[in-house]
Amino acid sequence: MSPRPLVLKILDVLAFLSLVVATYFALIYAPTEAVMGEVQRLFYFHVGTAWVGMLGFMFAAGFGIVYLATKNLKWDVVSVAAVEISVMFFFLAIALGSIWARPVWNTWWTWDPRLTTAAITELIFIAYFMLRAGIEDPERRARFGAVYTILGGLSVPITFLAIRLFRTIHPVVFGTAVEGQEQMAMTPDMRVAFVVAMIAFSIIFVDLFWHRIRIGQLHARVEQLKLKTMS
Amino acid sequence: MPLFLRATFAIVRKDLTAEFRSRELFSAMLVFSLLVIVIYNFALELTPTIRREVTSGVLWTTFAFAGTLGLSRSMAVEKDRGSLDGLLLAPVDRAAIYFGKVMSNLVFMLLVEVFILPIYSALYNINLFHPGLLLVILLGSLGYASVGTLLATMSVQTRTREVLLPILLFPVAIPVLLAAVKASTGFLNGATLAEIWPSLNLLIAYDVILSSAAFMVFDQVVEE
Repeated sequence: MSPRPLVLKILDVLAFLSLVVATYFALIYAPTEAVMGEVQRLFYFHVGTAWVGMLGFMFAAGFGIVYLATKNLKWDVVSVAAVEISVMFFFLAIALGSIWARPVWNTWWTWDPRLTTAAITELIFIAYFMLRAGIEDPERRARFGAVYTILGGLSVPITFLAIRLFRTIHPVVFGTAVEGQEQMAMTPDMRVAFVVAMIAFSIIFVDLFWHRIRIGQLHARVEQLKLKTMS
Repeated sequence: MPLFLRATFAIVRKDLTAEFRSRELFSAMLVFSLLVIVIYNFALELTPTIRREVTSGVLWTTFAFAGTLGLSRSMAVEKDRGSLDGLLLAPVDRAAIYFGKVMSNLVFMLLVEVFILPIYSALYNINLFHPGLLLVILLGSLGYASVGTLLATMSVQTRTREVLLPILLFPVAIPVLLAAVKASTGFLNGATLAEIWPSLNLLIAYDVILSSAAFMVFDQVVEE
């Protein structure tokens, strides 16, 4: 395995610094929210982690399609890397949201469309890893994994719509709220902290993504060597 | 009749003939469904007032469980007897094989449902013979069978096999079950069509989108 390229080394430092900066902006720079109080500061990290979580799932389905089209195992490595990071970030987003919801909604969990969809998405990708674990042939594992990410990617938006047949109380961050929902009102300072968190988590995502792809490549090499020594 | 349809129906006929001779799949699905309903009866304490709210939920979970049983069995039979390889060798479009399996799985599910509905009606004194409900059952089973057939084809080729199918299928099939439960409850409680339409719409959208996606990727799943 080649040593870390310079760009990746710089990215590592940048990722660490951006996390520090985002923490500063969320905890100190942003004003305290009038109604919810200090707990609202979780919001910046909550949206940041949820955003990269979703990004990773879209990448996974996208690279799954690329894999099926090209049959080159390097795209499978990229697709798995995206899923694995996303599962982690999505879990963080759910956990942070839960901590926020306890004082604000007075409950850890509610079967709201966004929460439920997030939980189901998480379950789909846990199932994805169970599927992969049950297949030894790397080529078949890649094919089945790609097919499942595509099915998951198609069913998640429909799941969201299906659950919305029931009602929602989740605040609307993007777009306008319909009747019965609250609109997230942000002051300019909050908006700055929000954008900083989004950028910071995007950088962290790219950094981790790159590292995870390198690990995946190493893993594939180990598998190849194992096959070679056994035969 | 074009070759595609002939091949599809040949597979359906093969499955139905084999099933008619052995009756192992259908009887297992039916008995299992009855047991699930009996368990629900005690687990949920199905009094008349509760029944009105939960009937469609009980029915759909029963269908989903029985469906999983049928799906994994119908693909395991193909795999174990090596007939899947035979089917793949046949000079027909692979999509015809997929649609043939979907249709026979759908027929098994519908057969079980045809038996379960009157039994449930008799046991709980509730009229389930509403044309709208039958339509929902058809659409829901179609979506469930089309995704389930693809995933069953995948899961029989893994080490964990039958154990894996529900884990793969349930999270992806949640939209069908939710929309179907919502629409069924609507029809059973005499809601207007305008109220039921959104869930019916979603059910149709799911059926169209997921079955065409499954149709497109089926080749990838059986390729050796």
